[in-house]
Amino acid sequence: MALQDKDRIFTNVYGYQPRNLKEAQARGAWDGTKDILAKGKEAIIEEVKASGLRGRGGAGFPTGLKWSFMPKEPPKDHNGNPKPSFLVINADESEPGSCKDREIIRHDPHILLEGALVAGFAMGARAAYIYIRGEYIREAETLFAARDEAYAAGLLGKNACGSGYDFDVFVHRGAGAYICGEETAMIESLEGKKGQPRLKPPFPAGAGLYGCPTTVNNVESIAVAPTIMRRGASWFSGFGRENNKGTKLFQISGHVNKPCVVEEEMSIPFSELIEKHCGGIRGGKDNLLAVIPGGSSVPLVPAEQIWDAPMDFDGLKAVGSGLGTAAVIVMDKSTDIVRAIARLSRFYKHESCGQCTPCREGTGWMWRVMERLRTGDAAVEEIDMLQQVTKQVEGHTICALGDAAAWPIQGLIRHFRPELERRIAENMPEAAE
Amino acid sequence: MPKVTVDGVEIEVPQGATVLQACELAGKEIPRFCYHERLSIAGNCRMCLVEVKPGPPKPQASCALPAGEGQEIRTDSEMVKKAREGVMEFLLINHPLDCPICDQGGECDLQDQSVAYGRGGSRYHEHKRAVTEKNMGPLIKTTMTRCIHCTRCVRFSEEIAGVDEIGALYRGESTQITTYLEQAAKHEMSANVIDLCPVGALTSRPYAFEARPWELKKTLGIDVSDAVGANIRIDSRGREVLRVLPRVNDDVNEEWISDKARYMVDGLTKRRLDKPYLRRDGKLVPATWNEAFAAIATLNPGNSIAAVAGDMLDCETMFAAKKLTGALGSSLLEGRQTGMDYDTSSLAAVNFNTTLAGIETADAILIVGSHVRWEAPLVNARLRKAVKRGAKIFLIGPEWETTFGGEFLGEDLSVIGNLPNHVWETIRDAKRPAIIVGGAGIGRGGLEAALSVGEQIGIVRELEDGTRWNGFNVLHMAAARMGGLMLGFAQKGGIADIVAAKPKVLLSLGADEVDYTKFADSMIVYVGHHGDKGAHAADVILPAAAYTEKAGTYVNTEGRVQWADKAVFAPGDAREDWTILRALADAFGVSVGFDSFEELRAAMISEVPALGIEGLADYGSDLPAGGGSASGPIAYPVKDFYMTNPIARASATMQQCSAELLHGEEIAEAAE
Amino acid sequence: MADRYIEPDTPELRARWGNFAWTEANAAKAKEIVARYPEGRQRSAVMPLLDLAQRQVGAEENTQGWLPIPVMEYVAAYLDMPIIRVVEVATFYTMYNIAPIGRFHVQVCGTTPCMLRGSDDIIAACKKRGMKPGHTTEDGMWSFTEVECMGNCASAPMVQINDDNYEDLTAERMDAVLDALAKGETPKAGTQEPGRHTVEPSGGPTTLKEMVSENHDYRGEW
Repeated sequence: MALQDKDRIFTNVYGYQPRNLKEAQARGAWDGTKDILAKGKEAIIEEVKASGLRGRGGAGFPTGLKWSFMPKEPPKDHNGNPKPSFLVINADESEPGSCKDREIIRHDPHILLEGALVAGFAMGARAAYIYIRGEYIREAETLFAARDEAYAAGLLGKNACGSGYDFDVFVHRGAGAYICGEETAMIESLEGKKGQPRLKPPFPAGAGLYGCPTTVNNVESIAVAPTIMRRGASWFSGFGRENNKGTKLFQISGHVNKPCVVEEEMSIPFSELIEKHCGGIRGGKDNLLAVIPGGSSVPLVPAEQIWDAPMDFDGLKAVGSGLGTAAVIVMDKSTDIVRAIARLSRFYKHESCGQCTPCREGTGWMWRVMERLRTGDAAVEEIDMLQQVTKQVEGHTICALGDAAAWPIQGLIRHFRPELERRIAENMPEAAE
Repeated sequence: MPKVTVDGVEIEVPQGATVLQACELAGKEIPRFCYHERLSIAGNCRMCLVEVKPGPPKPQASCALPAGEGQEIRTDSEMVKKAREGVMEFLLINHPLDCPICDQGGECDLQDQSVAYGRGGSRYHEHKRAVTEKNMGPLIKTTMTRCIHCTRCVRFSEEIAGVDEIGALYRGESTQITTYLEQAAKHEMSANVIDLCPVGALTSRPYAFEARPWELKKTLGIDVSDAVGANIRIDSRGREVLRVLPRVNDDVNEEWISDKARYMVDGLTKRRLDKPYLRRDGKLVPATWNEAFAAIATLNPGNSIAAVAGDMLDCETMFAAKKLTGALGSSLLEGRQTGMDYDTSSLAAVNFNTTLAGIETADAILIVGSHVRWEAPLVNARLRKAVKRGAKIFLIGPEWETTFGGEFLGEDLSVIGNLPNHVWETIRDAKRPAIIVGGAGIGRGGLEAALSVGEQIGIVRELEDGTRWNGFNVLHMAAARMGGLMLGFAQKGGIADIVAAKPKVLLSLGADEVDYTKFADSMIVYVGHHGDKGAHAADVILPAAAYTEKAGTYVNTEGRVQWADKAVFAPGDAREDWTILRALADAFGVSVGFDSFEELRAAMISEVPALGIEGLADYGSDLPAGGGSASGPIAYPVKDFYMTNPIARASATMQQCSAELLHGEEIAEAAE
Repeated sequence: MADRYIEPDTPELRARWGNFAWTEANAAKAKEIVARYPEGRQRSAVMPLLDLAQRQVGAEENTQGWLPIPVMEYVAAYLDMPIIRVVEVATFYTMYNIAPIGRFHVQVCGTTPCMLRGSDDIIAACKKRGMKPGHTTEDGMWSFTEVECMGNCASAPMVQINDDNYEDLTAERMDAVLDALAKGETPKAGTQEPGRHTVEPSGGPTTLKEMVSENHDYRGEW
């Protein structure tokens, strides 16, 4: 059964209606927030756990479980005072293909702010920092304004929503660094440093922002929480397959007739998503070459494997890829597939923080080889070498950026090796022998 | 204590140990570049990857992973071998591989580890990255293309030196290590980054292209540029000392040395006294040893002879001088050249009792009259560590740029007797209070006033764990001071007593800070190695050995007895000091009771047994009560960190540092 | 990364920017920014303050703004943090311009989602007008950078020019935007596709159609 509009959480996702507090409330934001908080921390966490919500930022870690990692008793600082806890909301949406958090922030910021309060309360946080990527300039302006509205209305700040709970929300703008989407890099950046990921352990729930217990959640994960609380875990878990519950903002870019962002049921088949909302593949189904179904970090999936795949965590894992942020990059047969992936390699080279060796050196190496493979200026053995280099990067770095840089190339080699060899042969016939 | 297995062997490791430390305890070598025992863990080089179960199915950075009960660690698996080869390959793809022209060659971690853990060839066919060289001042030579971004230098300057001046700019493969605007590194321990740099990116500028490590003779020595007694390795070739490096001694210098300790050695070949001189018609003219001895003996001073010890002397030289003057019937010995006359009846009262390492554990520290950064940079690093552990530091004296914060209370000695309430309360209530009296605070009643504060707060006490705490410290500046005091080189009235005695012969043992105008009627016999102030005032110059040219015993400011070996021969006709004094005894026709260095040392030890035992001498922990009042403006004796002794003053490197780092602005202004 | 290098510290630069200080309005803003972070954590404010400083410089010289060394020093002193740490931050994040910049900073996204939708044409349109990556045109009007994904993938290709995004571009639409800016006009930001509102499927939404005309409350249907 298709998702109905009444079950969509982000009803103003296209921004047809004003985003201000009054209109947002008329749509249902900040509805009974006080009552939600009155249920208590444990109850909120249990409800979110029961809803089956998995993190919407890419890794898909169960959100309620993550919240429960926050210490019940706050650790003490060296003066014996309890440390505050923090919620950090990851609005550093920078993964190529991803463009959903932007729509939440610029068209329905109050849903996010309400979610910040609900989630922050549930984990006992004193404040939330919303880390929004620097390039979202107008979006940040919207968020600042919405925050001020919420404060003026008593929804945030001291005695938020009349709950007796004091909770602050601050907006922090990034300044151009994809890596700050990694949670510990984000914390470093919030502390006024370069966004270089920290070693784990310690994990943020133990020692995060300013050394205090911290949870970092994606915008969408936080923004859906109030609606889940209002409608109940079973409502949310009524959508999607087992282990892949809920509704999800899909972002379809590339070679479809009508690229768009749309909230759909988890596990919707790829074909349905494309046909229903995107006007189909440019040039028709048969013109589909491959799809990167979860943002640039996941391996591509060839047309024949993606068509019927359910768009969820397990469904895309089964075809050797992942849901990621549900950023679906569609490529038709006119695509220079090697260039498309090489351009991603350039992205990772550009965004490597430079901290650890395999990523700092490997991303540049991989990109340069990819550029040569694009024109066929390489030897066939270099395909295998490149594959080995990706393996030398993958799993050897401090954070997942190394993996993210490796996977698209591995996907390319897995599915398009003949194309790579063809270009080499055409460029230098003797090299292919 | 958790039990882990490393390559199948079960071992128990201390609580809080990392997997890397566990592997080392099991005798496994773990290659690393960024990890350093004394710096924070960066985990960025990824060279120390090992396989750990339980854990994710990928190699783990052992430097950053806590060792946990039941872990199965493998350092010898295929996964680990491949991981190391991979990381090594990445480190080398943009490294210039210019080992033949690199000063790090032969002592390069990258070179060694690529031989041991690399794959033996490169598959990288793209253009290599080139990075422009960065100016880091007169001491540090940079070749940044060689940099592997381990950030040891960044962490050292931020964490140990406390001077945030090195950073990693830009990002990704464009990351570049530099000082701010390529300004010179400006602190007293800056060159330690050269030792820390695991590759040839930061090398020694003065030592550039001087030698290969395998050509060098390595001698264990003790630094004499201050009273800390840093343990050093003297690298020499032939008769020349080419460089000085720190040795590890956690109790003394950890593994750092000051830039002066490291770089004053080029002064060892400049302005040297390499033959005897006699003053004839007001001019110093070369002479033979016999002529020089004859000139002194002819004077026949009898007991009208005195000896003043310089700041860099070994105990053996002082003892030999003491024996010589004693044989002539004199006990006029002094080492405090500039006139200080503090009471030395209790050596505990003039010792650094917490020990250098122990000061790190103090929780409140009152510093009286010491510019610690210039008088003992290594102690300054310890103070920074104390503050990082939560210590509060208060200082009396003119303000200087500390690297640990601290509160300056005033410039006059009288502040000791008149501490602000919050300071008084802090040190009174501290569990491990400490006082450090420096050279500018010890005189004019300062020592006694500080002792009195110590007495009132019970600075000698038993701690909760039953150990004894003596928080009273004197921070000396002269390497010879504590040894000299143990040997009796102190008159009640200080050097004034010697002036008053009007000795016919004044033996100046490398004493270059004495006001010789007060000895106008004495024959000044200078036994030393540099043509500095002492030699200029001398009537007879007997060329002697510098600290690298003789074996000797030194006692540092915490009363630690340490021995140094001889690295090279003194130049020209110069002789080791003790042989000169022994020959003088013959010239005077007296007996000093030793004919060899071994006999000399045995005699010294039988007289002062503590000098025969390496380690802390026991001065007891009873402190005099002190009392009285002190007053007067405090003026630090060191005006120029790089110019505090005759070797440093002769050193072109130290002169350059002084000019560029301390007087750079003046020079720039003069140039305009 | 296009080569980014800090504008060298010269006497001229010192003379021009050595006396940099917040304007009255920005002084108040800076204070408010620092107050967002816990006491003693004022270093957290370095990123927003560098942005504020860059904008003030931009306002003074009518460009997008950049960060001369003396301005970075001002921010470092304001936050009582070592200057080298400020420079680390300024050079790490790409939105800080560490060298002089033009009136308009034309940042065309070239990452794969935009590339698939024709960012090559947009870049070509810029180059045709004399823009070169990492350079400012001689008249000081245009600085051009090919940037990485800007998060407008469902309305690709796009360009960000100073504070506004222009989406669903074609070479012609790009020309129109640039022409308007050159004339001192303020072109409509957002999608340039006629009839498209934001990121709904072109031609009208397939979901939430009630929302187009009214602020519909779906709660009644729960």
